[in-house]
Amino acid sequence: MTTTPSLVLNQVSKRFGTHAAVQDLSLQLDPEKVLALIGPSGCGKTTVLRLIAGFERPDSGSISLGERVLADSYTFVPPEERGIGMVFQDHALFPHLTVAQNVAFGLAKRAGPSAEMELKSMLTLVGLDRRAQRYPHELSGGERQRVALARALMPHPYLLLLDEPFSNLDADLRVKMREEVRVILRATQATAIFVTHDQEEALYIGDHVAVMNEGRILQTGLPEEIFHRPQLRFVAEFMGNTDFLPAEVTAQGLRTEIGTLPQRLSAPLGVQVLVALRADDVQFEPQANSPSMILARRFQGMQHMYRLRLPSGRLLHAQTTHTRIYPPGTPVRVWIEPAHDLVCFLDGKAVS
Amino acid sequence: MALPVVYLGIRASASAEAWLLLTRPQTLQTLGRTLWLGMWVTLLSIGIAVPIAWLTTRTDLPFRRLWSVLTPLPLVVPSYVGAYLFASVLGPRGLLQFILEEPLGITRLPNLYGFPGALLVLTLLNYPFVLLSVRAALERMDPVLEEVSRGLGYNAWSTFWRVVLPQLRPAVTVGSLLVILYVLRDFGAVAIMRYNTLTRVIYTQYTSTFDRSAAAVLSCLLVLVSALILWGELRTRSRAQYASSARSGRVAFRLSLGAWRWPALIFCGGVVFLALVLPAGTLLFWLLRGMAAGEVFPGLWEAGGNSIVASALAALVTIVAALPIAILEVRRPSRLSRVLERISYISFALPGIVVALALVFFGVNFMLPLYQTLAMLVFAYGVLYLPQAVGMLRSSLLQIHPSMEEAGRSLGKRPLEVFRRITLPLLRPGVVMGLALVMLTAMKELPATLILAPIGFKTLSTAVWSSVSEAFFARAAAPALLLILLSSIPLAILELRKDSLPTDRNTR
Repeated sequence: MTTTPSLVLNQVSKRFGTHAAVQDLSLQLDPEKVLALIGPSGCGKTTVLRLIAGFERPDSGSISLGERVLADSYTFVPPEERGIGMVFQDHALFPHLTVAQNVAFGLAKRAGPSAEMELKSMLTLVGLDRRAQRYPHELSGGERQRVALARALMPHPYLLLLDEPFSNLDADLRVKMREEVRVILRATQATAIFVTHDQEEALYIGDHVAVMNEGRILQTGLPEEIFHRPQLRFVAEFMGNTDFLPAEVTAQGLRTEIGTLPQRLSAPLGVQVLVALRADDVQFEPQANSPSMILARRFQGMQHMYRLRLPSGRLLHAQTTHTRIYPPGTPVRVWIEPAHDLVCFLDGKAVS
Repeated sequence: MALPVVYLGIRASASAEAWLLLTRPQTLQTLGRTLWLGMWVTLLSIGIAVPIAWLTTRTDLPFRRLWSVLTPLPLVVPSYVGAYLFASVLGPRGLLQFILEEPLGITRLPNLYGFPGALLVLTLLNYPFVLLSVRAALERMDPVLEEVSRGLGYNAWSTFWRVVLPQLRPAVTVGSLLVILYVLRDFGAVAIMRYNTLTRVIYTQYTSTFDRSAAAVLSCLLVLVSALILWGELRTRSRAQYASSARSGRVAFRLSLGAWRWPALIFCGGVVFLALVLPAGTLLFWLLRGMAAGEVFPGLWEAGGNSIVASALAALVTIVAALPIAILEVRRPSRLSRVLERISYISFALPGIVVALALVFFGVNFMLPLYQTLAMLVFAYGVLYLPQAVGMLRSSLLQIHPSMEEAGRSLGKRPLEVFRRITLPLLRPGVVMGLALVMLTAMKELPATLILAPIGFKTLSTAVWSSVSEAFFARAAAPALLLILLSSIPLAILELRKDSLPTDRNTR
């Protein structure tokens, strides 16, 4: 495998009419890494892929792959000359070609024995060697998915783009396919960008995760960083089931309606912040006459998820082991017991 | 393309009393009659075509294949032949009256001539435009959408209204547009049925007074009306995208009709009887009678060969010209492509006789070497039938998702190669359908062929016309039958080929 160049997007913008789909977006992706691009639908993530693939022309900014400029104000390399593979959301398999013909489509015309071998080993890699002569409509959803992936990988692209490739699959198959795809991407040492709106998928498949909203990248980092140290309230909210509890910065720590946290912030005293809480940070126990109470319980197998109402009417989620069962309506005392420093937000931005 | 329009404009403005002529009450009455007829033919055509298309693609209607082969066939009957055959059966002193007179003493039938006759003939000959386009759309439509609707608790009836019909809108629109524009330009049927629409008045003006200016003024009015219809269609066209994204590739679920299959059978049978069996029977009657009388058909095979050569050339030329227009319009929608497509539609509303006269005028003045050649005739066909081809290709192209082409590009293939290896094969049903349609229509075209065919170049349609106009009804029967048989071939091939398409293969 030749060393693949890194992808750089510099200040890229793209408008459709009056709608700014992508705004001043910069991005760098190193070889053999998988970047998961995540954001709510309509945030511009598909447009980013289409800009990189060459299906859209940026209004400003530049896109380059290693030394080679793919698009800027002077240059525009057409998609077929970019060496960038794409797996489409609807798979876009050619219905009039067999599996083998689909996968071989991107190969150069030399139908030599080496190409034949390559095709065979690719079909084996994705587990479709027995389906080579079938037509796309004769395949299951997962099989079509693998054909699409194999077809995109076949010409050894410098970079592989995957546009929500699992969105048409059912949940079980999604989990299975995402494991398979990860194995295949690692096996072929592919550099890839994977677009999704599913947090779990992004955290699982990405070496790095970039969170997008309204045409901008809000935060890029390792999956753990994104999950544990969100820099913006939007990221915290989007990446995990997070509750936000107002707190006042005091000399003793952060004062909330359910007690004071002994955590110091750089923010001045008296300032109101929002504390990000995940369900495992919140504890509770039944206590008669307590102003808080249980609203609902959801059984999740290994644990229970409780929804609690605080005196202010605010809702918090708390997670307990599956042995602790209380009926809704039970008055409870609620407190916070974090195993780590909690992330706090001031005006939507993280403060430490 | 714009040539005939330019010619029309020149001729019309050359006439001093053009405006006077245009605002005469007779002119407005003629216009009203034409539109009234066009509206009713279109509505009836939709009423006939949509149920048949649905019955033959989505239900277990008995003899489904037979009906789907037979129902588009009236398209091959030229309007002047159809009108003549109906008149000779249902008209005063026709065959029906002859049959009824003896045992029942009926000596008068309701008058066929005028609006009823024109409506009957034009509807029965033109509903296949809607049928073909709707059926093609139904065959490409993902049946899963219907299953989804059934799953959401809608029965077959409301599924048809709420899911199938809205998706058929582009196909119904294309088909209806072809029908109404055909009615606007038809000459043969209205002439024989003696219903004074614009074309008939134009023709009378031209032949009886040799006043080409008056004919041109009225033709301009006709073009204007067609342009208005197109503009209306443009305004109402939905912005919804009809490309079916991920085809499940499932074979359509066939609805069991149960007791409903009897009315369905009667419906299909009735339409086929009226539009096909009755005219064919009459034709056969004339044929046998002609043979019994020892009539010979000189030059029949030569005329057949000429018809095939001219119409096949026309089909090829037209499709080649239509492809870029359709692609431009669907894939690179812009004002220019839209205008281009509309202009090509307007040419469809030009009566054949106007196009022919325009080409004669132009040929004599500017391209004398081409005058009276086959090339000129083929060009006229191209001008006349480009819109049909564009419409057919466009609705096929709309069903091919752009990501298919993008996938080809991202796999390192140049646009031209992607077009050749992806778009064209997927477009093939539409291309074949377009070729068949143009060939069929060109074969039965009459006025332009009469005027533009090289001297001595006799086709089946001119052979029929000359016999009919000289009242040799028996002599017209043989070329008419041959014309009908020949132009059935493309449709038959289409039907048979469907089995071999991979997308229709059953998985099980």
